[in-house]
Amino acid sequence: MSIHKELSAYRQELSACVRCGACQAQCPTYLATSKEGAAARGNLVLATELLAGRAELDAEAVRDLSLCLLCGACVHSCPNQVPTDAIVSVLRREISKKKGLGLLGKGVAALTGNPRLLGSLMRGAGLFSSLFFEKIPETSGLRLRFSPHTLQDRVFPPLPRQNMFARLPQKLPGRPDKPTLAFFAGCTISYLYPEIAEATVRVLQHLGYTVLVPRQQGCCGMPALSSGNGELLKQLVRANTAAFANLAVDHIITACASCGAALHQVHQAQHVQPGETGQDCTSFANKVMDIHVFLEKEGCLHTLADLLTTTTATSQRIKVCYHDPCHLKNHGVTREPRALLRTLPMVDYVEMDGAALCCGLGGTFSASQPDLSRTIADRKIEGLAASGAELVASGCPGCILQLTDIIHRAGLPMQAVHTMTLALAALEQALATKEEM
Amino acid sequence: MTKMSMLNERHLQALRDIVGTEHVASSRTDRLTHSFDATQQHCMPDVVVHPKSTEEIAAIVQLAAKHRLPLLPRGAGSGFSGGALPVQGGIVLVLTRMNRILEIDTSNLIAVVEPGVVTARLQEAVERLGLFYPPDPASKEFSTLGGNVAECAGGPRCVKYGVTRDYVLGLTVVTPTGEIIRTGGRTIKNVVGYDLTRLFVGSEGTLGIVTEIILRLLPKPAAKRTMLATFTQIDGAAEAVSAIIRGKIIPTTLEFMDAGAIGCVRDLPGIDLPADCQALLIIEVDGEPAQLEPQLERIIELMQPLGLLATTIAQDAAAAEALWRVRRSVSPSLRKLGPNKFNEDIVVPRAKVPEMIRALEALSQRLALPIINFGHAGDGNIHVNLMVDLQEPGMEAKVQTALTEIFRTTVSLGGSVSGEHGIGLAKQPYIGLELDQPTLAVMQAIKAALDPLGIMNPGKIFPAESRLALAQGETV
Ligand SMILES: Cc1cc2nc3c(=O)[nH]c(=O)nc-3n(C[C@H](O)[C@H](O)[C@H](O)COP(=O)(O)OP(=O)(O)OC[C@H]3O[C@@H](n4cnc5c(N)ncnc54)[C@H](O)[C@@H]3O)c2cc1C
Ligand code: SF4
Ligand code: SF4
Repeated sequence: MSIHKELSAYRQELSACVRCGACQAQCPTYLATSKEGAAARGNLVLATELLAGRAELDAEAVRDLSLCLLCGACVHSCPNQVPTDAIVSVLRREISKKKGLGLLGKGVAALTGNPRLLGSLMRGAGLFSSLFFEKIPETSGLRLRFSPHTLQDRVFPPLPRQNMFARLPQKLPGRPDKPTLAFFAGCTISYLYPEIAEATVRVLQHLGYTVLVPRQQGCCGMPALSSGNGELLKQLVRANTAAFANLAVDHIITACASCGAALHQVHQAQHVQPGETGQDCTSFANKVMDIHVFLEKEGCLHTLADLLTTTTATSQRIKVCYHDPCHLKNHGVTREPRALLRTLPMVDYVEMDGAALCCGLGGTFSASQPDLSRTIADRKIEGLAASGAELVASGCPGCILQLTDIIHRAGLPMQAVHTMTLALAALEQALATKEEM
Repeated sequence: MTKMSMLNERHLQALRDIVGTEHVASSRTDRLTHSFDATQQHCMPDVVVHPKSTEEIAAIVQLAAKHRLPLLPRGAGSGFSGGALPVQGGIVLVLTRMNRILEIDTSNLIAVVEPGVVTARLQEAVERLGLFYPPDPASKEFSTLGGNVAECAGGPRCVKYGVTRDYVLGLTVVTPTGEIIRTGGRTIKNVVGYDLTRLFVGSEGTLGIVTEIILRLLPKPAAKRTMLATFTQIDGAAEAVSAIIRGKIIPTTLEFMDAGAIGCVRDLPGIDLPADCQALLIIEVDGEPAQLEPQLERIIELMQPLGLLATTIAQDAAAAEALWRVRRSVSPSLRKLGPNKFNEDIVVPRAKVPEMIRALEALSQRLALPIINFGHAGDGNIHVNLMVDLQEPGMEAKVQTALTEIFRTTVSLGGSVSGEHGIGLAKQPYIGLELDQPTLAVMQAIKAALDPLGIMNPGKIFPAESRLALAQGETV
């Protein structure tokens, strides 16, 4: 599809930008660079001119477009909800098509299926065993996310011996009176943090739901979207749609904020035309729901509160703060994860300053723009330190990875965890106490 | 006619020497992304520079003066009158990198800031210390204090607290000849020489570049209450504004919306307004907590005889935010009524608001044009929005007729054609309706004295110059 065709699908949205500048206020890149070209408004002016044939993708345009984290903060703060993230994605695909995948980030996109680079990645990082990489599919976003030179000085979690698929059965039966759900894990959870998957599905199982974990699911597409890899994106949409197509479920649960946002965005018909996948992508996207939203919507927090009636001695409670993943916050989800944390008896919840500041990971952004990514990330340090919390919880494994790196670099006495990991810990603690009684 | 600006590679190199290569941008993309403001008009600059200090700016202005290059300070580019449009090309000086709060002096209640500080960031910083910077343009989350000073920005809180002008104690300015001057100072009282501070406030970047600002702060009010009052008709709401002030209560905020504005938001999710509500007021009072309840009661009493339908008093911050949502949802939803918006910010003496609104309604009916009115009724500042489709034949002329009539009525009621957005480019044709020739001549004499070469934001405020400029400007 030509750029013109893909972009012209957004003609209406482009004309809805009234150039007010409100998007500057929340754009992490603008806040770090103070330069308009990086903010949504600048990108949209560029897109409009490209569409009108009055501008071209020169080096500066590529630079400006590569500075976007696809975080969606601009869309959220825009009075007219202009979908800048989607429009930037279209332009990135065009850049990749015209000028090659590598342009958007040094080595980032090139990693897919390039054994030589992969080798140097493993040596450079000294962290990945080749065995581990063999277990990550070619199409995984993890391969797109980290390039050799960013891995050298990044803190990584110890790699799990078994990935999620090895740890969890395909079906976790619940009570017959409760509906069945499907779980979409995404790469970061599947391969780096399988315990988050385990925590999420076990909590759901405790609540009575039957949970399916389809084997054929793959990467959500966010890194492909971010690096402008249109072909890979299509492949992933097809695979994921097929993996979930025949399951009789109303909801597909995610515990990764970025996957949730990407699935919604990617599976909207404008990205991959309906005919191209042979499946109904939109209905798949409509089923996708974040775990925190689900728990709140279904009234599970009350059920959980009942299950957790055992009181924890105040002295044993842990001070926990929360970091807002962009891909929850910018979709209006801020209350639900906090409500969950407040339900957990062992959690002494404190609100940190700057909870809503972006962590700077942004799909492939931390790999393609390591310095800017760190500048954005470092804005979190002050709030984290001042919170006095021992744990910072979040609803996105990407944020957890990045927060771990920030905490380590700043030398803060705390750890990053997923909210669901805490929820499962609370449940298990409560069940153990009940058995003792 | 040729364009005034003749920027060449030598000039670019000189600029790079001053601010560093990475802060001079002249590619088409970089110029494009700095070619517009919130008026949605475009004019291409020749080069975009991001300076970091007063000294760098002075050096740039000297360079521009030497080579007769037009020059234009730019903040966030959120202006509504075209102030930041480089109509004659030249150098755009973006001040967003100069975004440090240099000092907050809690003993003297003063803040010293660089011009690129975003309004809301200063407000947050001083509020953490129990202090208060009142001017609150609706754009406060992104507009810069330099831009606020240059436009003398106002906002909802101005009924009680006044506008940006009332908080500027002193300025550092780079003049159009490249001199660094300091006006005013750190004291409330200061009568040494002319009041240059006031001259520069509201000067729209035409007299010099503000590079440091000394601002007055207040103690933060202990509490605030928000109320929504609905009325059966606009006259009642408009009368209520005067009645409240006559009743010796100055609310922090007195915002109104007319029937058209209400129609735009009525069906939005989460907004619940009585069916026969034709006008509404959002009223805020602040001060000692114990005083606020009686004040609100008194306000309700004053409004009762004026066709008051209902009042809702917010019990917490979230409820107050929900009330504000009604007002904030208006601007974005206007597009429904027509693709082209003419947004005027007239101001009339408070007591004349009912008369002005009646005149606007009559005009709207006579010309069959949707005119939506809302805004800061408490200080007589009405945002008049004409929503039209300029593709319709004859519409352009119709809009011109309407605008001229609106401004004439405004001035005849003792009002002003712009309350807070400035003249810039957009209001030039109407400046003569308000200022007579001798007054305009004094202003132009000041401009000529400070900017003898006419390089500082040329083509703004004064009409003759602008028409020339528009003909010359390279548009996208
Ligand atoms: C959604 C929206 C809501 C708004 N609401 C309000 C409101 O409630 N009240 C209100 O008053 N305005 C409002 N405005 C208008 C606008 O935000 C203000 O005029 C604001 O003060 C402009 O600041 P800026 O940093 O964007 O300046 P810019 O638009 O960049 O520049 C405006 C003018 O100031 C000059 N300038 C900028 N910085 C300097 C400097 N350091 N030295 C000298 N000159 C300088 C420029 O040359 C230009 O002429 C609104 C705008 C938008 C888009
Ligand atoms: S907030 Fe929306 S309308 Fe305003 S400039 Fe940004 S993208 Fe355009
Ligand atoms: S998606 Fe995020 S980084 Fe990209 S323009 Fe919008 S706010 Fe900025």
